[in-house]
Amino acid sequence: MTLDLLLVAALLWTAVQSLATPNLFRGVVLFIVFGLFMALVWVRLHAADIALAEAAIGAGLTGALLLNGVGHLRAKQQSTLP
Amino acid sequence: MKGVLDLLVIVLCLVLGAALWWAMLDLPSSRIHLAEQVAAKLDASGVTHPVTAVLLNFRGYDTLIEVMVLFVALIGMLTQAEKGSQWLSAGYRPPPLPAPPFHLEVLQWLARVLVPLMILTAGYLLWAGAHRAGGAFQAAALLAGAGVLLNLAGLLPAWTTFRAGMRAGSITGLLFFVLAAAATAAAPHGHLLQYPAGWAGMLILLIETGLTLSLGLILAGFFLLLSAEASDGSDTEE
Repeated sequence: MTLDLLLVAALLWTAVQSLATPNLFRGVVLFIVFGLFMALVWVRLHAADIALAEAAIGAGLTGALLLNGVGHLRAKQQSTLP
Repeated sequence: MKGVLDLLVIVLCLVLGAALWWAMLDLPSSRIHLAEQVAAKLDASGVTHPVTAVLLNFRGYDTLIEVMVLFVALIGMLTQAEKGSQWLSAGYRPPPLPAPPFHLEVLQWLARVLVPLMILTAGYLLWAGAHRAGGAFQAAALLAGAGVLLNLAGLLPAWTTFRAGMRAGSITGLLFFVLAAAATAAAPHGHLLQYPAGWAGMLILLIETGLTLSLGLILAGFFLLLSAEASDGSDTEE
C-alpha cells in the first residue's frame, strides 16, 4: 500500500515536472523516468505484458528518439548563433 | 484581474475533475465479462497466455492494423528523408567511423557484452509469449534497443541507406500476417484470422517470429535513419 502511494506520487511528480520544466533535456529525462515508474505501476497491477512494452518502447525507444531530437535542435541552435 | 482569472480556471478544472470522477464511479458494472469469455475459449486459441490469445487470435485484426500503422510510419519517414537530402541515395557512402574517444571504450565494452544477451532475451521473449508475459512487440523493441545501443556506442553507423534486404525484412512479418488473414478469410466457412483448429499455435508462432524481425527493423529504423538525417542535415543546411 505504501509502495503504491509512493509510486503514484512519483508518477504525478515526474509528469508535472517533465511538462513544466523549460529545459527540454530535463523534460525528456523526466519523461523517461516517468515511463519507468509507469512500468513499475503496470507490474503492481499484474499487467506484466504492458510493463514490458512500456519499459522497452515507452521509456527506452521513445526516450532515445526524443533525446535525438533534443540533440538535433541544440546542434541547429548552435549553428545559427553567431 | 489575472489572479481572479487563474482562480476561476483552477476552480473550473476542479469542478470538471470532480464531475469526471463522479461519472466514473457512477458507471454501471459491465454486463459483458470478457475475461471469462477469453478463459473459456483459451484452449482453442493455440496459446496458453490470455494476452497473447487476445492479441494474436481473438482480436488478431487489431494487431494487424497496429503493425500496418508502424509500417506506414516508416514509409512516411523514408519518403520525407529521400525528398530532403542526398542520404539514402544508392551511391552515398557513410564516412568511416572515427576512432572512439577514451570515454566511449567502457560503453563499447558494455555494448559488446550486452547486445548478444539482448538478442538472446528477445528470442526468449518471443518464445515465452505463448505461455507467459512476452511476445513480438516486446522482443522487437529489445532488438531495436540493441541497435540503438550499438549506434550510441559508435559500433554501428546510422543507416544512410535502406537497402532492398532491409526493405524486404521490414515487410516480411506484415506480409505473412496479411497472407494468413487472406487465407483464413478465403477458406470455405472461414472468417478473417480465424485459424483452422490445430494450426493456431504454429501460425501464431510463425506470425510472431516474422513480426519480431520486421518490427525490430522498423523500430530500429526510426532511430537509426533519423540520427543519420540529423548528422547529415547539420553539415549541409547552413
